[in-house]
Amino acid sequence: MAKHEFSIPVVKSTLEIPPIQPGAMAHSSPFVAKAEHQQPLGFPGELVDNWKSVAIDKMEELLGKYRALPVFLDSCVKCGACTDKCHYYLGTGDPKNMPVARQDLLRGVYRRYFTVAGKYFPKLVGAVELTEEVIDDWYRYYHQCSECRRCSVYCPFGIDTAEITMAGREILASIGVGQKYANEIIGKVHKIGNNLGLPGPAFINTLEGLEEEVEEEINVPVKFPLDQVGADVLLVTPSADFFAEPHVDGLIGYAKVFHQAGISWTLSSYASEAANFGIFIGNYENMQKVAERIRQAAIDLGVKRIVVGECGHAWRVAYSFWNTLIGPFDFLDPAYPTPQHICELTYDLLQQGQLKLDPAQNDDKVVTFHDSCNVSRGSRMGDTPGGQFTIPRALIRSACSHFVDMAPETTHEHTFCCGGGGGLLTDDLLELRVKGALPRVSALKRVIEEDGVTHMAAICAICKSQFSKVLPEYGMGMDMVVSVHQLIGDALVFESAQ
Amino acid sequence: MILGTVYAFLFLVAVFCLVVGVALRVIRYSRTPVPLVIPTTPAPTTTRGVVALMFREVVLFESLFKGSKWTWLFGWLFHFGLVVALLRHLRYFTEPVWQWVEVIQWVGLYGGGVMLFGLLGLWARRFLVDRVRYISAPSDHLMLALLVAIAGSGFAIKYGVHTDIVALKAFTRGLLVFDWQPLPAEPLLLIHLTLVIFLMVIFPFSKLLHAPGVFFSPTRTMKDTPREKRHSAPWADEINRSTLR
Repeated sequence: MAKHEFSIPVVKSTLEIPPIQPGAMAHSSPFVAKAEHQQPLGFPGELVDNWKSVAIDKMEELLGKYRALPVFLDSCVKCGACTDKCHYYLGTGDPKNMPVARQDLLRGVYRRYFTVAGKYFPKLVGAVELTEEVIDDWYRYYHQCSECRRCSVYCPFGIDTAEITMAGREILASIGVGQKYANEIIGKVHKIGNNLGLPGPAFINTLEGLEEEVEEEINVPVKFPLDQVGADVLLVTPSADFFAEPHVDGLIGYAKVFHQAGISWTLSSYASEAANFGIFIGNYENMQKVAERIRQAAIDLGVKRIVVGECGHAWRVAYSFWNTLIGPFDFLDPAYPTPQHICELTYDLLQQGQLKLDPAQNDDKVVTFHDSCNVSRGSRMGDTPGGQFTIPRALIRSACSHFVDMAPETTHEHTFCCGGGGGLLTDDLLELRVKGALPRVSALKRVIEEDGVTHMAAICAICKSQFSKVLPEYGMGMDMVVSVHQLIGDALVFESAQ
Repeated sequence: MILGTVYAFLFLVAVFCLVVGVALRVIRYSRTPVPLVIPTTPAPTTTRGVVALMFREVVLFESLFKGSKWTWLFGWLFHFGLVVALLRHLRYFTEPVWQWVEVIQWVGLYGGGVMLFGLLGLWARRFLVDRVRYISAPSDHLMLALLVAIAGSGFAIKYGVHTDIVALKAFTRGLLVFDWQPLPAEPLLLIHLTLVIFLMVIFPFSKLLHAPGVFFSPTRTMKDTPREKRHSAPWADEINRSTLR
């Protein structure tokens, strides 16, 4: 492993709140998007000449389009309840990573240009001119927020810093200062259909390879259908599921479930991506356009249901936003919720007794579960609030004999982001990602020591990639991370049709 | 008599600023669309559930309780001390004094003390906790100073230099019917009233907007029913239509 220019935090099994260290992460900033990444998304290719007035105009536009913005910018009383809640603050000690301070970067400018107090008494209320330094700070610190919404749980007014970060990024992109990683990926989806930019033939090869591999291993002809017109279910899953470890074992798990339940299903080469980075950059147009491909694929393939694979922000977009973005879904079977999470589908099949699991197959593991931020605080599963916590756990318990939860202040709606969400899963932000993982790693360390946990299951492609990368930095094995549907797939008992 | 007229005028201006200022913000909030369903989940799925959640939020400060026990304690004591102290002041506006207002007079006094205690606790955090010190602007300190001064001057009138309550009540009763009455020229009373007038004027221009703001916070007030009911805003639907093939 290459040595980094930063030091890896010491992990303690109880998390300590660090003292503030101003400027500790002022050097952290992702690569700026080039013109070729900006223009296909409708943004200017480089910093526009009149950036200041464009930025203020954009802010005014957003203030009129999203109620959350004026309410959140006006309402904060600086009570400090959020200051020790952000994983990036806890991991870095940089005070601008405290949610309220991150909001204040935008709030100061809002006050200066849009409020009476800020216009006439700027010093008194912390209002600031929009300068190049402010733009730089926006770019740095709005790319040190993973939009995980943890702060919003504890805010007495429900102020969600994710909304502020999205607005900040949207303003930056609109003056020509977009983020390379996210914008390049969105461009690939517009052009090719998935984040990795992989064309159809690559999928055919991969899926055929998987069919051979699975049949060889368990002697069951599990299929991975692609573009099958007339299938009942369109599965939309993050493209990492096709190629990355441990994601692909999750995909195998979904396929096994469909096979055993006898559900006809298909993937789509046109909509080969569940992820929607449009949410990360806060841009409605791009988010809508990315989602539109899925609606189109569902119509073209004539499916009755859309099921979404294991991916956190994708599930938030799908569950909370799809009906708005690409609904109504009157062309689908109303007997099923649209969209449906793969965990909901598997859970329902288990409830109906249509699947049989043998937990002994996972007896070599002691498993814990990492609640993904977007699933926990931006969506739901099942019919009752909190189903997003109980359903994945019920699945794991059905598939494993040994399950242990991490500390309650780090699970359910209190869960910590993996450190790589929100469009930050890029190597130019590696220091941030490693340090931001500290709170989760601390909680994990405790269950490893106290309960002998060997594996951490996740239902998010970003979480899985991020943990595979950063756990080794903390001396933990990258293969600790597993997909929930890998556990299901391994425990699934194949019975020939009665 | 001049003093009475001046203060009557100032009170009218203050009430005007408070009511119109807050109304303008509330109108602004309510007219701004919410294009996407963004409750912080788990969230209620029914209107009744949202009302219950907002009740817990506004009366018990539930989220703040999850966030910081000390801030919750001081914040809650301050707000409910203030409510009780304000109710006690109804005796200056009712004739005959409503019975329950009569009954809670002694509670109101404790309310004032509790309010002051809460304020000092909140203020101490702004000095003692490095994170809170970092996020505090001058206006955050001044807001606490203003509220402490209002409570302090109130106690000074009650326990120090008594004022002519009968004359004061004639003045406040007169305000309600636009009949200007003389105001006792007691420095402490004038300070107390001036500070209150100032607080009312700055309300709609300051962070005190959190009071109406919380009722418009989409993360708290929205139902978690995006699959069951299609949510939309006109500007967003226009974009949706533009990509249809």
